Amino acid sequence: MPFFEAIRLALQQIWVQKLKSFFTLLGVMIGVTFLIAVVSIVGGMSRYMTEQLVGKIMAVNSFELRHRPNINIGDHDDNYWRELRRRPRIKESDIEPVTSALPNGVLWAAVGYDNLAASSRYVAKPKGVTAFTVTDDYFTIKRMAPVNGRLFSPQEFERGMPVIVIGQDVANYFFPALDPVGRELTIRGIPYQVVGVMEKQGSAFGISFDKFIVAPHKSPINRFVNAHGVIDAIMIQTPSREGMLSTMETVRQVMRARHGLRPSQKDDFELETSDSALEFWNKIKSYLVIAGVALPAIGLVVGAIVIMNIMLVAVAERTREIGIRKSLGARRRDIMSQFLVESATLSTVGAAFGVATGFAFAKLIAAVTPLPAAVELWSVFVGVGIGAGVGIVAGAYPASRASRLDPITALRAE
Amino acid sequence: MSRETIEAPLGATAERQAVLATSGEAPGKDWVIVTRGIKREYDMGGEIVRALRGVDLAIQRNEYVAIMGPSGSGKSTLMNVIGCLDTPSEGEYWLNGTRVSSMSDDALARVRNKEIGFVFQTFNLLPRATALHNVELPLVYAGVSAVERKKRAREALSRVQLDGRMEHRPNELSGGQRQRVAIARALVNNPSILLADEPTGNLDSTTSEEIMRVFESLADQGQTVIMVTHEPDIAQHARRVVVLRDGLIASDDRRSAFVEKLGLA
Repeated sequence: MPFFEAIRLALQQIWVQKLKSFFTLLGVMIGVTFLIAVVSIVGGMSRYMTEQLVGKIMAVNSFELRHRPNINIGDHDDNYWRELRRRPRIKESDIEPVTSALPNGVLWAAVGYDNLAASSRYVAKPKGVTAFTVTDDYFTIKRMAPVNGRLFSPQEFERGMPVIVIGQDVANYFFPALDPVGRELTIRGIPYQVVGVMEKQGSAFGISFDKFIVAPHKSPINRFVNAHGVIDAIMIQTPSREGMLSTMETVRQVMRARHGLRPSQKDDFELETSDSALEFWNKIKSYLVIAGVALPAIGLVVGAIVIMNIMLVAVAERTREIGIRKSLGARRRDIMSQFLVESATLSTVGAAFGVATGFAFAKLIAAVTPLPAAVELWSVFVGVGIGAGVGIVAGAYPASRASRLDPITALRAE
Repeated sequence: MSRETIEAPLGATAERQAVLATSGEAPGKDWVIVTRGIKREYDMGGEIVRALRGVDLAIQRNEYVAIMGPSGSGKSTLMNVIGCLDTPSEGEYWLNGTRVSSMSDDALARVRNKEIGFVFQTFNLLPRATALHNVELPLVYAGVSAVERKKRAREALSRVQLDGRMEHRPNELSGGQRQRVAIARALVNNPSILLADEPTGNLDSTTSEEIMRVFESLADQGQTVIMVTHEPDIAQHARRVVVLRDGLIASDDRRSAFVEKLGLA
């Protein structure tokens, strides 16, 4: 039996009985739909997490020295939390020993931040903003640039002048239809002059990254952000990825010495990289992938059973045809492959529809929710491949039954 | 009389006796079919049914033979065995110099494809396929290329005067035309034997005559034809008539003797 002939016959069969075929293929279709949708959404989120979210929180080739991890996800027991609470804060006095140990060409910035209420004379209602206090190289490490105005001068950093640069959301809220540069924003009773508006940082999962203000580390705002002498993090950026690990080790040794840790004691501080920040996402992703495989698997099993049933009916209906073919010289494997190709074609058509609806589904989710979706080309091949595979598995038993029919009995069938 | 001259070599009963007697040996190449002591038994729910009880039959190339007998005489079973659709429980069957009585299913499928052309009472055409495609089918299983297949199928349909009907489906053809498509399909692989099972059973008498003329002309062209029938006036078209009764050969005559016996002359 030639391959294309069998495919043509199967397609003809589908076309003649559209409604029956639709119900036959529904299971496979739903299975593949879910598979494609989940793969697209997980893929989209993955890209989003690495490129957008973590990329925005963490600069490239950088790590942060902090007293606790910034992002905590997963099963942690009480001991873990208790240990975190006992950790000492990073101090301003740590900055000099740590940074003087860094090799040449490595950039660093001390960072403190907290949510504070701000107000301006142009808007009646105060609003919370994330206030950062940073040292000189912060903007270089984060690769942030102003779209309007300027960054801080060395003198402003040195003297701790009451100047700020602000994010887009802050500019839009406090200075509606106004140029914020040169105007004032008041925080805890102290007015700060806006010198620059930063470029848009975007958002992830509906959380905006543009609700910030940044002030020099020594500016008055620092005492509202952290207790005296305390900072949240030292951000360190190496020129290349290779240099990062050894630099991290240098910083670790300095901090262990400063905290007087014995070799048997664990670090009581955190060196957080973008990889460690992504760890939590990889955990979520593995759950999503399991769900993304389990759900479609149910659909595919149901689909396989339906196709097997339909193929058994087809074999019964076409017993005489099988007898005729055998009398003309068809061997077992000829009959077997005819029915296998037919059921694989049937199932692949279902899978193809599933791929289409899966993509539509993913696009729909991307359109109505903040979840992103990325169409992965390989998932098309996997989807269609799974369709063909389900067809072959489901068709195996009916096809082998057909191939073992006795030609004399088959010829006598009505 | 021209008929008598054709019948003359078929009366060689002594030769037949000789070829049937040499058990276990391959017959000469003139003998298309030689069965020696063929038995076929069925187990029908514990009861053994003996459909064939030792059939010795030798058929030479170019013969036109009718196998007759009442229902239950074993003629269908004999046809199935000769057509390699069934294997005998006992005895040997030589087809075209090859012993086929103990072959596997797939080997028998090959033999059916190469050596045998079937014509059935109910035509047995694929309803959804065109006449041309129906005729192509044996070539598909013989592994012939698509172009060659089409060409040979067209030639076979021309041989049965169906040039204008190649793209018609069976339900667009008359009974006689359907049977001619079936004959074309049977001939397309140049088989050693054309095996017809009640070929006129579903046809009216005029169409029957027309189909019998097709067989006649094929036989005249040198095709070996074996026809199973229970109708004496169909059987009398053949040049040799074998009558089965209770699973054994009751008579094996030239047509003239058969016609005489029935008083049809």
